[in-house]
Amino acid sequence: MPRKSTNVDMTAMCDVAFLLLTFFMLATKFKPDEPVTVVTPNSISDIPLPDDDIMLITVDPKGRIFFSVDNQNVRENIIRDVSEYKGLNLDEKQIKAFKYGSSVGVPFNQLKSYLSMNGAEQKDIDKTTAGVPVDTVADSETNELGAWIRIARNNNPKIRIAIKADSDATYPEVQKVIKTLEGWKIFKFNLITGLKAIPQGTAAYEASMGRAPKE
Amino acid sequence: MAEMDVSSGGGHKKGPGVKKGKKLSTRVDLTPMVDLGFLLITFFMYTTTMSKPKTMEINMPFKDDKIKVDDSKIKASTALTVLLSKDHRIYYYEGLADDPNNPPNVQVTYFKPKDGIRDVIIDKEKKVDALKQQGALTATDKMTVLIKPDENSTYEDLVNILDEMSINDVRVYAIVDITPVDKEFITATEGANGG
Repeated sequence: MPRKSTNVDMTAMCDVAFLLLTFFMLATKFKPDEPVTVVTPNSISDIPLPDDDIMLITVDPKGRIFFSVDNQNVRENIIRDVSEYKGLNLDEKQIKAFKYGSSVGVPFNQLKSYLSMNGAEQKDIDKTTAGVPVDTVADSETNELGAWIRIARNNNPKIRIAIKADSDATYPEVQKVIKTLEGWKIFKFNLITGLKAIPQGTAAYEASMGRAPKE
Repeated sequence: MAEMDVSSGGGHKKGPGVKKGKKLSTRVDLTPMVDLGFLLITFFMYTTTMSKPKTMEINMPFKDDKIKVDDSKIKASTALTVLLSKDHRIYYYEGLADDPNNPPNVQVTYFKPKDGIRDVIIDKEKKVDALKQQGALTATDKMTVLIKPDENSTYEDLVNILDEMSINDVRVYAIVDITPVDKEFITATEGANGG
């Protein structure tokens, strides 16, 4: 028998690979850079988080607060207002660092030095920082989260609030965030949760199946 | 191993003074291209996400320091008070405990699918419906749940109880600050049950 060639034509494989690659490039979004890992509790609610105009308040298991806004132009305006309001005199490099960065979890007095650091140093600070200071009175001097919220709303009145808190965060910490929001007359906000299936035999299950709830 | 045969048909491009005398077969090995493709796919698989995070919408009741909140509009017979405490425990009682001479019967339960808080809520719904049948309540009166988390409860407890509200289709509920009276109920029940 004449010797057959063992050279396989890889063109098809190459096509498949680039098709998959194109799918992933077009249909997905980069995971947002988070300073701290938060495991949210699950709920049956399947309302997706809106795409834009979101202010994200992250609460980690130890109760530390981190603050972020999604739109980069709004971020730039916010940090300029903060710099003016608190007299921080941030230079352009630090403003750019905030604009392109992710969540911030340092008090105002450490903000200037935090924004001067590079990514790895910022990650180190994020591990040990105490978070944005907050308490139950919305407009007190020590409630810096209240100040961030006020400045963010001034720059984007349509902004919506999303709270991403860890399952093990104690209720008093989350209560401080909620009281701060209520102090600024924000009564409608979203809690980011994982998705869990609707338990069978309950009113919500019957409603999801399109049947009238059992009486 | 991977190849593409792009042997030119004898130099049809007339370059300046370059003439290919011999026919050169150029076999391009495509293996690195495929490797690169899969490497990029793996990168995108790990660093991106297809699903947007899901949220739960919360509407807190309107609060203003200058306007006094009128709590007395809640009818005690429609009310179920739920106290969230440590270790994911739930203490509950019917009514508002507004009569100091008549302390409510405080019971303990957990977030179990069976014999847990869900059954308590469903039972209370049935009682409220029965009262409506008897005429003691009007058709507009709905079962009201007051959620009072204490300082030892976690955020997960709060989300779970709010989820139970939506699972059982409870329309009227509120997250309220826990009162010292309620805290006493908790310590008394803990003492009776051994902590």
